[in-house]
Amino acid sequence: MNYGIVSQEQLEAIEEILTQKLIKLGVDCAIIIDMAGNIITVKDNSKSKYDIYSFAALAAGNFATVDAMAKLVGETEFSLLFHKGQDSNIHFSKIDDELLLITMFGRDISLGFLRLNVVEAIDQIKKVWDRQE
Amino acid sequence: MSFINLKDKVVQVKIVYYGPGRCGKTTNLEYINRKFREQIQSEMVSLKTHGDRTLFFDFLPFHMGQIKGYDIKIQLYTVPGQVKYNATRKLVLKGVDGIVFVADAMEKQREKNIRSLNQLHENLQAYKESIFKIPLVMQYNKVDLKDHGIPVLPISVLQQDLNSRLQVPYFEASAITGYNVAATLKKIISSTVVSIQKKLL
Repeated sequence: MNYGIVSQEQLEAIEEILTQKLIKLGVDCAIIIDMAGNIITVKDNSKSKYDIYSFAALAAGNFATVDAMAKLVGETEFSLLFHKGQDSNIHFSKIDDELLLITMFGRDISLGFLRLNVVEAIDQIKKVWDRQE
Repeated sequence: MSFINLKDKVVQVKIVYYGPGRCGKTTNLEYINRKFREQIQSEMVSLKTHGDRTLFFDFLPFHMGQIKGYDIKIQLYTVPGQVKYNATRKLVLKGVDGIVFVADAMEKQREKNIRSLNQLHENLQAYKESIFKIPLVMQYNKVDLKDHGIPVLPISVLQQDLNSRLQVPYFEASAITGYNVAATLKKIISSTVVSIQKKLL
């Protein structure tokens, strides 16, 4: 996989998937990052303002930590993480070995419904991403 | 590995400050955070223990302006220096583009510097990177301590210990007063950007 550079066409296709599958559902923000903490792309509902660069660095660290914990207990990976807050929640899901999809959403979306959509979005993103191989 | 976004014309570059415990990695970032406030759009993130020791990393995003129409976003990280945290140090090194090795010039820290550099070499190998190829700058920190009567290693000894084989650019510095902090940063940014350009062409 030629990871490191993504074409404009691919990014637009990925952003469209995030908009259709997640933003339209009502999530505040959907971010794709790599495991080194770089941001690949962000889509939000234009209401929420987060410091996404710091967020990406912390999220990559968080996921890497959990991955190391998985290995300690004999799992190959924990492919998803969920943090629940009072008003907002964060869902992390692995796209492949290098990419992570992070979704931030409020109280009005059920976790189950979100997860269904995340799975579908990831399937579609993988197809776009693998085109560059 | 740096990430290049062709649509928004953004290049993200990851630079890690590495070195033994209490050598001044976080102090470097704190100085940069104060001094270059107008180029930094967000707060510095520090994951530390109650005793103010770095637990996971510090993170400081830094804007460098444009090169050939591309926005360069520099992401500065530190690693935790304490010996027991090597697993986390390794995690922070993932995808690194350039490294500043901060050595502690105090005489009693001589061995710790060498150990830390050797471990950096091993940690990079785990990511199939080579300490001899990656952009690297040496910073001999705390040189101001000799004015306070604390024994400090001469630069020639530090060079012999740490830089005799690597032969990378080096700076004497004092992170607490800011002496050569900006010079170190400029050097690592330019080496890293040049190395990324070479890889792309």
